[in-house]
Amino acid sequence: MDLRTTDAPPSTTERLAVDSVLGPPESGWFGGERTPLDGHFALGGVSRAASRRHLLLPTLHALQEQVGWISLPALAYLCQRMDLPPADAFGVASAYALFRFESGSPVVVHVCDDVACRAACGGDPTDELAARFGPAGTGTSVTWQRSPCLGHCEHGSAALVQKAGAGGGRTSVAPFVTGDMDRLVASGPDLDLGELPAPLALVPQRGAQGLRLLRRVGRVDPASLDAYRAAGGYEALRRAIELGPAGVIAELKDAKLLGRGGAAFPTGDKWEAVARQPVRPHYFVANADESEPGTFKDRVLLDHDPYALVEALTIAGLATGAHMGYVYVRGEYPVAARRLEHAAGQARIRGLLGEDIMGCGLRFDLEVRRGAGAYIAGEETALCNSIEGRRPEPRNKPPYPVERGLFGKPTGVNNIETLLSVLEVLTLGGAAYARVGTPGSTGTRLFCLSGRVARPGLYEVEMGTSLGTLLDLGGGVAEGRPLRAVLLGGAAGSFVGPKDLDLPLSFEGARAAGASLGSGVVVVLDDTGDVTAVVARVARFFRDESCGQCVPCRVGTQRQEEVLGRLVAARPFGTLDDELALLADLDAVMRDASICGLGQTASSLVSSALQRGLLGGAHGTKGGQGG
Amino acid sequence: MTTVAPVALRRQVEVMIDGQAVTTWQGATILEACRDVGIEVPTLCYLETLAPVNVCRVCVVELEGSRALVPACSRPVAAGMVVHTGSERVRTSRRMVLELLASSVDLSTAGGDVHRWIDEYGARPDRHGEAAPPSARDRAHAGHHEPLEGGLVATVAQPVKRDNDQYVRDYAKCILCYKCVEACGEEAQHTFAIAVAGRGFDARISTEMDVALPESACVYCGNCIGVCPTGALMFVSEHELRARGEWDESRQEVTSTICPYCGVGCTLELHVQDNRIVKVTSPLDHDVTSGNLCVKGRFGFEFAQGDR
Repeated sequence: MDLRTTDAPPSTTERLAVDSVLGPPESGWFGGERTPLDGHFALGGVSRAASRRHLLLPTLHALQEQVGWISLPALAYLCQRMDLPPADAFGVASAYALFRFESGSPVVVHVCDDVACRAACGGDPTDELAARFGPAGTGTSVTWQRSPCLGHCEHGSAALVQKAGAGGGRTSVAPFVTGDMDRLVASGPDLDLGELPAPLALVPQRGAQGLRLLRRVGRVDPASLDAYRAAGGYEALRRAIELGPAGVIAELKDAKLLGRGGAAFPTGDKWEAVARQPVRPHYFVANADESEPGTFKDRVLLDHDPYALVEALTIAGLATGAHMGYVYVRGEYPVAARRLEHAAGQARIRGLLGEDIMGCGLRFDLEVRRGAGAYIAGEETALCNSIEGRRPEPRNKPPYPVERGLFGKPTGVNNIETLLSVLEVLTLGGAAYARVGTPGSTGTRLFCLSGRVARPGLYEVEMGTSLGTLLDLGGGVAEGRPLRAVLLGGAAGSFVGPKDLDLPLSFEGARAAGASLGSGVVVVLDDTGDVTAVVARVARFFRDESCGQCVPCRVGTQRQEEVLGRLVAARPFGTLDDELALLADLDAVMRDASICGLGQTASSLVSSALQRGLLGGAHGTKGGQGG
Repeated sequence: MTTVAPVALRRQVEVMIDGQAVTTWQGATILEACRDVGIEVPTLCYLETLAPVNVCRVCVVELEGSRALVPACSRPVAAGMVVHTGSERVRTSRRMVLELLASSVDLSTAGGDVHRWIDEYGARPDRHGEAAPPSARDRAHAGHHEPLEGGLVATVAQPVKRDNDQYVRDYAKCILCYKCVEACGEEAQHTFAIAVAGRGFDARISTEMDVALPESACVYCGNCIGVCPTGALMFVSEHELRARGEWDESRQEVTSTICPYCGVGCTLELHVQDNRIVKVTSPLDHDVTSGNLCVKGRFGFEFAQGDR
């Protein structure tokens, strides 16, 4: 391949940003100073340069953070370093929301206006910002942007502050009130990210008896490996080493552990499928690209119990024969990424990662990779593409990742909660674990309670606990108001009403009610809650987050948003029945013909709201009793 | 190019398609099996010479045991598969795919098959609403958009890109089938001048940061034009004739000849109207070119016109 790039040189800052990830250039052939010798020797190394494509995303992050945007000369330089076509690299970079390609204000405040924060404040949280600070994207030294769910739903408001230049980086602010924006505007480009307080996690059950997944959260110092070990850490890995790979998988099967990411696939079966693949190497990926609106469980676990994930991933490596693991943390979770990096570093120093773990000859290490603002990157095959430095587009399945995943090799991909549940399986023993919960859904499960609830936060309950019991744990509807609806499962979930409080929170219980636990989202809407606005926001979310690969999802999510906009404005195109027929057709084509789960579930909340007569604009229509 | 295993080593499998037992080779796709027995399956992003990307979803069929429909163009057959190509679910999805495309893309120069399918499946692109005016799609930022006001519906309408003398890029006609990207990249030319950029409805074919073609890696082989199914990529000569209303395929003659430039000897098809070459193609099923040419074969015909 003969690359052609722009002749304009990158600035020194841009060059340094790229070199901070890739190291200094090897020769004039790859972007270094041209020496007279370069004209006489072709040193090769093209395939070596191209084999670093997986560093594309980290390099783009470095440019974004240190420079504030990605210019054409900077892109050309990094492409020269990696032997990548610039059009290809731009195609990748432009698929992520957190990268910019025009210079602008050095401080960007991404403000969440998604379903949970909307439910909590009873309106659009950005209305006041727009009134006080001008429309999104304006402002010379500090600007604000609308953002999808930032995963701080328990606080009811949140922002991600992105600063470029010296001391640049990202940090989360939650709760986020207008006064915070005043302070950010006042400090302008001199903002010191380190001075912003790290958001706390709300775990109302903290210290309660019987907690498993949450027992260390808020009680054990997340920075201290000793504290983690003193609290029982690394006993599960010791047990796993005794059991051996087949023994670990047998325990998981006995435990009947099902994946917590949304699809409820049996974890033991997945691990066994990876372990049995003859092709080497194997990889294991921890999927912490938690972006489902209303979900914050992975953030709480990673922020406050990072060693648990390091241990769990090591066990996954042992059981599946993977020597390399990746943790893909969503770009909006800077604290989680930092704490996980720290935890992995400590574990490496203490021989708990590396060549000879615990002196047992076990070899395993992990790398933390950051996403850059793309919900679709949480889809397991899109996630593999993202780590590889390709566009985060889902792949055609089959083949599934267990057969051909990361770098085309057999790969296990699990959600953070699933991996941490493995620790509990090994600690309790598979059979004992299976006795917790219901026969079809074993163990405990995390639920992200947010919206108009008295005590929002992350809750851990036994599988099969009723929705009403969970709401009671959270103190019921805030201010004792009547319940209107509960958004269960996330943007791809469904609504349940006040009559469904007996619904057992188990996979089979939710399925029987035509709902899904999804990622454990429980957003409470009281009688003042505007379901139509929530549904319209979800439609906008899918329109923004579709990767654009397949027609049903690319155009279907656009059309779905438009129909809902017309219904909200009570200005149907044709009759109301025409619009409802169109929604039904969009639902059919997206559900049946999309490539991946995003498109297949992009209409489920709309359908659910219609079925329950919760959609304001569709008053008095078939099946609806009005709102 | 795909390698073909010796016939003796290829195993046969039997599948049921629309109630008919079909015997085909292991490794064949459902689409190939359907074509073997004369069942029409519409395709847009599929091309015999490219690896299937299965993105347009117009070829979906119902496979028993599969929750969602499956793309016929890329799903290999397996013994015992039961496939339905004409069920209500299949027809609904195909109708909607065609309708979604026709409501958002200018299909006026797409092949006749597309319009026939739109009629046959009963797609009604006009029921989505009034189209919004053209927009600056190259400036869209992933994850951010402002919903249109006044009940207008979004389309991919945008000005034609004309930045060189060889071909125009009219992305208002682009259905994002990925074929041009494949042909420019790994499947044929290995130039990688274009890629899919942006995401969702704002996804588009773009050079790096939308630089003009002369500043990009483009080598003007025109292999992207050769695979474009909708006329979004078009010879300047054809584009100008169409703009003047003078393009008339009934008056055109296609002459097969051999490229005069080098020793490879690619077959050229010269499309001639009023004694002037208006377009150059190469047959897809040609075992030397697979439809691909270089800049000389594709565009180096001016000397034959005698103007210079």
